[in-house]
Amino acid sequence: MEYLLALLCIPLAGGAVLGVIGHRDRAPEINVAFSFATLVAAGALTVQIIANGPMLVLDKQFFVDSLNVFLVALTAFVAFTTALFARPYMRIERDHGKMTPPRMRLFHSMYQMFTFTMLLALLTNNMGLLWVAMEAATLTTVLLVAVYRTPASLEAAWKYFILCGVGIAQALFGTILLYLAAERAIGSEGVGLLWTELAAAKTLLEPTVMSLAFVFLLIGYGTKVGLAPLHNWLPDAHAEGPTPISAVLSGLLLNVALYAILRCKILTDGALGTRFAGDLMIGFGLVSVLLGAFFLSRQRDVKRMFAYSSIEHMGLATFAFGMGGQIASFAGLLHMTVHSLIKSAIFFTVGHASQKAGTQMMDGIRGLIRTNPTIGWGLMLGSLAILGMPPFGVFASEFLILTTAMRDFPWTTPFLVLALGVAFAAMLGKVQPMVFGETTLKRLAHQPALIPVFVHLSLGLMLGLYIPPYLNNWYQQAARLLAGGS
Amino acid sequence: MTELATQLINLFAAVLLLLSFALLAQRRVLSLIQLFTLQGMTLVMSTTVMAYFTAQPHLYYSALLTFVLKVVMMPWLLHRLIVRLNVRWDIETLINIPTTMLLGIVLVIFAFNLALPISQLSVSVARGTLGIALACVLLSFLMMITRSKAIPQVIGFLAMENALFFAATSATYGMPMVVELGIALDVLVGMIILGVFMFQIREQFDSLDIRNLEKLKEE
Repeated sequence: MEYLLALLCIPLAGGAVLGVIGHRDRAPEINVAFSFATLVAAGALTVQIIANGPMLVLDKQFFVDSLNVFLVALTAFVAFTTALFARPYMRIERDHGKMTPPRMRLFHSMYQMFTFTMLLALLTNNMGLLWVAMEAATLTTVLLVAVYRTPASLEAAWKYFILCGVGIAQALFGTILLYLAAERAIGSEGVGLLWTELAAAKTLLEPTVMSLAFVFLLIGYGTKVGLAPLHNWLPDAHAEGPTPISAVLSGLLLNVALYAILRCKILTDGALGTRFAGDLMIGFGLVSVLLGAFFLSRQRDVKRMFAYSSIEHMGLATFAFGMGGQIASFAGLLHMTVHSLIKSAIFFTVGHASQKAGTQMMDGIRGLIRTNPTIGWGLMLGSLAILGMPPFGVFASEFLILTTAMRDFPWTTPFLVLALGVAFAAMLGKVQPMVFGETTLKRLAHQPALIPVFVHLSLGLMLGLYIPPYLNNWYQQAARLLAGGS
Repeated sequence: MTELATQLINLFAAVLLLLSFALLAQRRVLSLIQLFTLQGMTLVMSTTVMAYFTAQPHLYYSALLTFVLKVVMMPWLLHRLIVRLNVRWDIETLINIPTTMLLGIVLVIFAFNLALPISQLSVSVARGTLGIALACVLLSFLMMITRSKAIPQVIGFLAMENALFFAATSATYGMPMVVELGIALDVLVGMIILGVFMFQIREQFDSLDIRNLEKLKEE
């Protein structure tokens, strides 16, 4: 419990401290230190959960089980490595005159607050607080998307705010309906929004109310996952904000929003006993995969391209959870983990590459491997990994998803294969000239932090070859939970 | 006794729906803010009535919270904003108000139908109002789509939040306090951020017309 409190208090304190001194020269290091402390707390909590099993603390308001503990660890880890990456990256942006001291302060403070909202959303047992944390996550990142104050970034941030605001309002309506169902089943003593209570009484929840609630919740949180056709904010916000923010949006926010949907799905499945929730998720997931892949092939801005790739992969994970069952859910969880690791690594390399080129347009980025082989190789390997080349982890999860789809939902297979094929051809064709060929790129003023890139890639590689027993255990447990067992 | 409560709550619900339509058709920014304040006031009254008749003390707190936030602070912030941005007397040109109104009526019918099976299940004294709350949500949504200026869009956003709050107090007996506080905090912070935003948008484009913000499109 101490670890859990520490995990929540450290980023909150970090946000406050950096809100005061975030413009100082040493602020990036302080930011890294806070993120590291968060990671340590997350590690300690994880060890505790491995040893003692699930825990329910603080008046039942916080809950850690196999479904969220690995996401907590992943969130703290990616937040830490992104802070490492942001240290030189934001200094270069400052030297280019894009970041002023007040903007640096805003960035550092909001970065920590964002981490806090993500962890709160994951750890809370209260579906209402989950909503509050998801909305707060939008609020903390919206000013960061607009931090460069260019017309395009203001537009992206406005779109992000309004679309996600409207979306999340639907989720609030869904939460109200959920509470309505709960009041009938377990009384109105204020416990009706606690997930553990709801899960214990899930078969008693009124099916009509629950099915309507799930539709609203899926649309609401689905907007944040970037499911088509609610994805419009995502490419803009990813392309116009600073790269560390693109990395955490793709790597963390999308995962946490999908996690919220999963929690709701478990309840809805229990109440309805039909495939209603799963079928909806299959539909949204499949459309997102197709749309992501086809739009990806038409992009000229490198960050937009990878943003569409995120839509595609989140769609694939949603599709996997929609199919349900032990293997597909396992694959979905693995896919979330690997995508988060590899996509953030890609954004790290892309960020430095566009700083070197002075543009985000892919036509302007050429021959990375000549001036900085590590960035070049990082981008190349990352792209291959995200495209599902063996032996990276994405291959393993996509393979499991495809084989399950072939067995259970054969009609979806051609669509999936088509989308993956289009994405493969398009992305490889675009990344190759960026990495190889003649170069026009400048040198960077600060030594980029490239260790995180390779740490992420090797973790992604490891998950493709070998999943550690305890991680495997969690995935299995969580998959059982998602598949309707206990 | 409960009969009276139901009647009162239904009355407030009807007022709320009427105000939503008024917001949809109003062109003057200043009047929009006044309508929004009235909506907040209606919410406070309906919550107080609910609290009295159902003997749920925490609803009094939530009524107080609504009063402070939606009747005092939000309108005050909005007033300051329009004075500072110098758009106090702005009149927006709205085309096709009759069509918008007709569309609004269709939305209301849709919402009533959607909420019908659930209303029958609710145990609260105010079960019939869930449909109205959903209708108000959809009407605010329509308002956000039809407006092209930043401030009316934001008022639409806040009106949507009002409708959701009404759904929470009328269909159930209000959300747990911690959740309500959290939502209130989010809305307030959101409002402040939007205010900051509007200055940035104006600085950049010399106007608050959202149509300036339509450059990012797929080729």
